Amino acid sequence: MELALNAPQPLLKRLSAFDWLFALALALGAGYALDRYGAHMDGYDKGVLVAAVPVLAWLGWTWKPVRAFLAVSFGLALLAVYSYQGDLARMEEAFFLKFLISSQAAIMWMCALYMFATVAYWIGLLARSPFAGKTGTALTWSAAAMGLTGLLVRWYESYLISPDVGHIPVSNLYEVFVLFTLITALLYLYYEGRYRQKSMGAFVLLVISAAVGFILWYTFDRQAHEIQPLVPALQSWWMKIHVPANFIGYGAFSIAAMLGVAWLLANKGILASRLPSLEVLDDVMYKAIAIGFAFFTIATILGAMWAAEAWGGYWSWDPKETWALIVWLNYAAWLHLRMVKGLRGKVLAWWAVVGLLVTSFAFLGVNMFLSGLHSYGEL
Amino acid sequence: MRADEPFGKALYELFSSMRFAITLLTLLAIASVIGTVLKQAEPYNNYIIQFGPYWFEVFRLLGLYDVYHAGWFLVILTFLVASTSLCIFRNAPGMVKEMKNFREHVTEQSLAAFSHKRLVEHRQEVQALADKAAAYLAGQGFRSKLVPREDGVLVAARRGAASRLGYLLAHSAIVLICIGGLMDGNLVFKAQQLLGMKKIETRDIPQSQVPKISRLSPDNLSFRGSVQIPEGGTADVVFLNVADGYLVQELPFAVHLKKFRIEHYSTGQPKLFESDIVLLDRQGNKIREATIAVNKPLIHDGVAIYQASFGDGGSRLNIRGWNLFSPTVETFEVQGAVHDSTRLFGGTEEYQLEFTDFRLFNIENLGGEAPKQNAMSVKSDTKSLHNVGPSYQVKVRNPRGEATEYHNYMLPLTLDGRMYLLSGVRAAPNEPFRYLRLPVDDKGSIDSFMRLRAALMTPALRAEAATRFAAGALPAGERGGDLQARLQASAANILNLFAQGGYNALGQFIEANIPENERQKATETFLRILELSAFEALKLANVRAGELPPAATEASGFFIRDSLNAFSDLFFYGAPVYLQLQSFEQIQASGLQMTRSPGKNLVYFGSLLLVLGIFAMLYVRERRAWILVKPGAALFAYATPRKTVDFEQEFAKHSQAIEQLANKE
Ligand code: HEM
Repeated sequence: MELALNAPQPLLKRLSAFDWLFALALALGAGYALDRYGAHMDGYDKGVLVAAVPVLAWLGWTWKPVRAFLAVSFGLALLAVYSYQGDLARMEEAFFLKFLISSQAAIMWMCALYMFATVAYWIGLLARSPFAGKTGTALTWSAAAMGLTGLLVRWYESYLISPDVGHIPVSNLYEVFVLFTLITALLYLYYEGRYRQKSMGAFVLLVISAAVGFILWYTFDRQAHEIQPLVPALQSWWMKIHVPANFIGYGAFSIAAMLGVAWLLANKGILASRLPSLEVLDDVMYKAIAIGFAFFTIATILGAMWAAEAWGGYWSWDPKETWALIVWLNYAAWLHLRMVKGLRGKVLAWWAVVGLLVTSFAFLGVNMFLSGLHSYGEL
Repeated sequence: MRADEPFGKALYELFSSMRFAITLLTLLAIASVIGTVLKQAEPYNNYIIQFGPYWFEVFRLLGLYDVYHAGWFLVILTFLVASTSLCIFRNAPGMVKEMKNFREHVTEQSLAAFSHKRLVEHRQEVQALADKAAAYLAGQGFRSKLVPREDGVLVAARRGAASRLGYLLAHSAIVLICIGGLMDGNLVFKAQQLLGMKKIETRDIPQSQVPKISRLSPDNLSFRGSVQIPEGGTADVVFLNVADGYLVQELPFAVHLKKFRIEHYSTGQPKLFESDIVLLDRQGNKIREATIAVNKPLIHDGVAIYQASFGDGGSRLNIRGWNLFSPTVETFEVQGAVHDSTRLFGGTEEYQLEFTDFRLFNIENLGGEAPKQNAMSVKSDTKSLHNVGPSYQVKVRNPRGEATEYHNYMLPLTLDGRMYLLSGVRAAPNEPFRYLRLPVDDKGSIDSFMRLRAALMTPALRAEAATRFAAGALPAGERGGDLQARLQASAANILNLFAQGGYNALGQFIEANIPENERQKATETFLRILELSAFEALKLANVRAGELPPAATEASGFFIRDSLNAFSDLFFYGAPVYLQLQSFEQIQASGLQMTRSPGKNLVYFGSLLLVLGIFAMLYVRERRAWILVKPGAALFAYATPRKTVDFEQEFAKHSQAIEQLANKE
């Protein structure tokens, strides 16, 4: 009788056959990658690849939709690799590549899907239409899948251009913007599932759409989508973990900001009946800032370690570093007010919104207006 | 701090208060912003130009040119450390006690006053229900304690104590990190400077002559400086730039640079900067060899050596000089080295040549504006990029001290299908170079141009050329008439004008002597005559030099036109000589940065604690539960320091579970 009420069973006992299949696929995939591309990897890379298997497996087991998501993305990426047959020129010929899964095609699809998703979520919100909401979710998942596929394929393409050019696609502003949309979308989808609230999507997708707008402008006006080789400063293993960690932070903070906006509107009675309760908005906002803060801390520390190796000092008060600190302090203060002073509501909502401005400046403004050591993502 | 005495207590209260902490965090953030908007550690002159003398002084006093080492900034940091430590000191005991105790002494009244409580009826034996409840809570990850009360049993349980531990970790981490940072800062020097034991060197003098007071000894705890070493050179010091000057930091060893390497990608971006270095001890015995590159430093007894920059280490240049305004084709040899200067007699005056730079590669975009690339392809086209070979820069300083800077390429390069030697000119360092195009002949040399140039500078040859032109211009029948005489006269006149002032001189002549409405036509005729007689001049010059005369082809036509353009531009070239790079011996220099930062490990350790602490604080949920079981009824109360939505859900779940336990027989 106790069991009925008692502690949930341990994770491993709750796994379905599909869960195990998923894990197996991951393991095989990693094995294949090691076998086929091991030559291009150093010890760290291999370590990360191997470690990725349990991490992704756990992610998929605890958050089920991830299994399908990864299956599709990796599947498409593999299809692309296969269709290339080691020749970049086939981008123009092979149908699949040309129209679907060459990195640029995939990313363009991603952009379109996010736009549709935004519209769908807003219809869902305004017309109180569950169907539109579901569509929004589906579109967001597919957009994210296309984004991940695009990045994976781009990674492969960079090696096709020339082995010495090849590198993980987190090395310039264009690539990290795609990464940003991907991470933000996934984080949001997680909360959406956990709180069974689709109406927040309308707001979160606004940030993503803004990023998409930037990606398109950056592609068509600046040809930023071209894969450039890594300048020596960026040829570091740290980049591969520092940058993604940072973007978990940025993504989470922008979600928090949009929920702040939603909170403020709802608090004024605007859309209030269509949005989740203020408590829920507030709670998700906290969760987003918490995870963002945690990862942003890690990212900043990794950044310092990288700086120690590249610039000869773990802290040089370079504008980018300094602004990272400012962002960090800002959210530390936020957490204090909430955790220690027990503050809730309006102030924190506004603070989260302003926080996004600070964050965006650290992310973009620094590159545009301030010169520094970061040989990275000049606009 | 003595907390009993009122003032001290008040101060203690303030310092350890959250409000104070938040204020400090905000202050720190704002101060940091200043340092990013105002470019730090620039040469002071730049600031003077930017703000004017008055504000320059004000900002200097405020330490805005090096905010992060300014006294007041360090004060903020110190306060933060103090406040955080006090905060820990203040909260720690309580928290540790919290982590241990079960709050089993709560009274029934206080439980009844909880916001989250549930009273359930039951018809079971008190101890049995208490046990079941405890078992349930255990299953939910609670540690619990059963306390018999006079009228029943209290189950007091808690979970997530680690969250308090997290607070301790994260905040001690911040203290550690700040201390580590301060250790690696320049506090020691600042102190020495205040005590007048050290002073910044501002003169630009050889390192060896820098006095003791501006030198730091090798056992200085922490430093971060840089030095440029030419290939084959050795350095046993680095320079720390401080404010408007520098300090000389002596190293515990010497660094010898064997070779510096740059590699480029096919697109021209740099791919690799690498230095082969040898470490020598103070006596000059070899300690070890190593190759360092960006992101691959070498660490030797606490000093880390980084590839930071590169430059020219004094490449040797062999140069052929041409006297541009002498009527003969004479040349002279000049030997020079980058960062070095030599004297030169140009005509009557003495000039100084200051060689400023040499570049082995010049990757230039000769395709003009690159075509817009289709958004689907990720491969950028690099067809228009070419390596146009070596170039060097030299400043030519005239006796009045005015310098003109030149950027001369060694090899001819192809523009609009024809080949030129380029020589860039600028009067001031902030201007862009304007390039003079010297046309090269079919042998790829500028000799032909120089011959023509000399011929045009020689009156006799000009006359001769005019004569031949006039003769050649008329059909055999009409020769000898006064038409030929007039043609010859005007050709001679045109050549003279051109020789004295290029196209400008011609232009002025036309302005002065030809009515408005005929100028257009006149100009065309003049140019035609100029080109044809210049062609004659080149023939003469070639024959004299024992070369074949130029063929009467379109190519020669272009060559003459280019030569005339170049000749006319010489009047704006600014120097009486053209210095053509013949050969060179490249010597590169590598910019190394060396640091010693003992605080580093402390900072890293602190960072580890910080991460652990933050995750603990954010993700370990601290909960307390009490179940006061009495005959007939059980009171369940639930509490947390931080109410969240999950807390509400858990409360619902637990109270339901308790109810079930209670209702079961
Ligand atoms: C750079 C300085 C600081 C940083 C980055 C920092 C960071 C944090 C973070 C991230 C939390 C977690 C909030 C949460 O539980 O969700 C926290 C909690 C807290 N901080 Fe700080 N903190 C700093 C300085 C201080 C100072 C100076 C004090 C003292 C007044 C302080 C007092 C507290 C307290 C009392 C808590 C709540 C602990 C708990 O209830 O578990 N913090 N701090």
